[in-house]
Amino acid sequence: MNVTINQSTIQLINYTLHLADSNLILTQRNAAWCGHGPILEQDIAITNITLDLIGQSRNLYQYAAKLINEKNIKLSQSTASSPLEKAEVEVATEDSLAYLRTEREFKNLLLVEQENGDWAQTIVRQFFYSVYQYLLYEKMQTSSDEQLAGIAAKSLKEVTYHVKWSSEWVVRLGDGTEESHTRMQHAIKELWPYTGEMFLPADYETAIIAEGIAPDVSLLKEEWMKKVGDVFLEATISSSSGGGWEGATFMHSGGKNGVHTEKLGYILSDLQYLQRTYSGAEW
Amino acid sequence: MQILNENKISDFKQLESLKVQPQEGFKEAIWSLLQQVPDPEIPVLSILDLGIVRDVKINEDEIEIIITPTYSGCPAMDMISMDIRLKLIENGHKKIKITSVLSPAWTTDWMTEDGKRKLIEYGIAPPKMQSDISDTPPMCPQCKSPDTKLLSQFGSTACKALYQCNDCKEPFDYFKCH
Repeated sequence: MNVTINQSTIQLINYTLHLADSNLILTQRNAAWCGHGPILEQDIAITNITLDLIGQSRNLYQYAAKLINEKNIKLSQSTASSPLEKAEVEVATEDSLAYLRTEREFKNLLLVEQENGDWAQTIVRQFFYSVYQYLLYEKMQTSSDEQLAGIAAKSLKEVTYHVKWSSEWVVRLGDGTEESHTRMQHAIKELWPYTGEMFLPADYETAIIAEGIAPDVSLLKEEWMKKVGDVFLEATISSSSGGGWEGATFMHSGGKNGVHTEKLGYILSDLQYLQRTYSGAEW
Repeated sequence: MQILNENKISDFKQLESLKVQPQEGFKEAIWSLLQQVPDPEIPVLSILDLGIVRDVKINEDEIEIIITPTYSGCPAMDMISMDIRLKLIENGHKKIKITSVLSPAWTTDWMTEDGKRKLIEYGIAPPKMQSDISDTPPMCPQCKSPDTKLLSQFGSTACKALYQCNDCKEPFDYFKCH
């Protein structure tokens, strides 16, 4: 307890974990499509996108682990704001951060933990997230934190393809058959209430926005709405027939602070089962 | 006897000077060993053709190889690190450090012209330069027809897209511009 932990480092760690967790949880969700995609090429597409996402989250977890170890943040020093409140680890690694943190320690967006549903729902979830990620990384490239800037520049190239692919699918399904159109409308209605959270900075985020480390997500909303609106227009999805996707819907939040929907616990029990049961198991 | 001793002394001196300043051409020798390390997924290309190796540094008695991943999730990176290590060990180098850097982010513009030629011969269409913003699809690596169409943005690996030739009808991989 003698070590004074720099508050801004803790905020940076929490923020990095938030970014990594969102990618990891979407990875786990998307990976369930492996071998089940509608056709082979699209099965390969969604799994390749997922590979990019896990690669990005590995870079982020490695960075968070480095910061945690450098600052010697351990269980014994746990405070209310410690990123490793309950994790039973002495030395943080990318694996311990992914496999040994509890539900309340995960800071992912609620959007990414929502169920795969049908292909339309998976597409809409990916589309909402990829457009958001694109705008976020675009700004983060100029972060005052060199490592985050580097990860953002690298990831942005990958996300550009994700936006393109998911936009094309939104148009194909929305402007497809009556059945696919109806399924799109349903997916949008299901997922729209989880989009508001993306633009609400968490407390740990606000502090580092001021320092020029994290981009201000509240400023990304307008551009995100425009891009999503443009693609929806092309996909013949209108607000009147879409169940008010752009209207004043109640927006859920809390994921960034560890308050999740009931779905996350099930995801983590699948994801973490092996490491929890056979501690330290390796391939 | 005296001659032998003198030889020993000069050998010793040479070794001493080696420690301070690496032999002329030492770095070049390391680079040419790296040229022999193939990419695990596209073995026709070496890791130098791909532009994965960013630098070689000689730190006292240690060789440091600086590499950068093509894609964040490229599963070949761990294998590439191991292959580099093995190649250097095979050639008598013991202290090796491999450092992975993310910035500046890898781009297909770093691929060598020789690498692009080898890709075509292998049946993969090489990436366009980033400065090329035209909509022209890649040329068919089989029949060289310019009339091709995109089948999927994502191909057999993260770095490739799937195309088909409208003339010879062959599907082929295109190394995506990145």
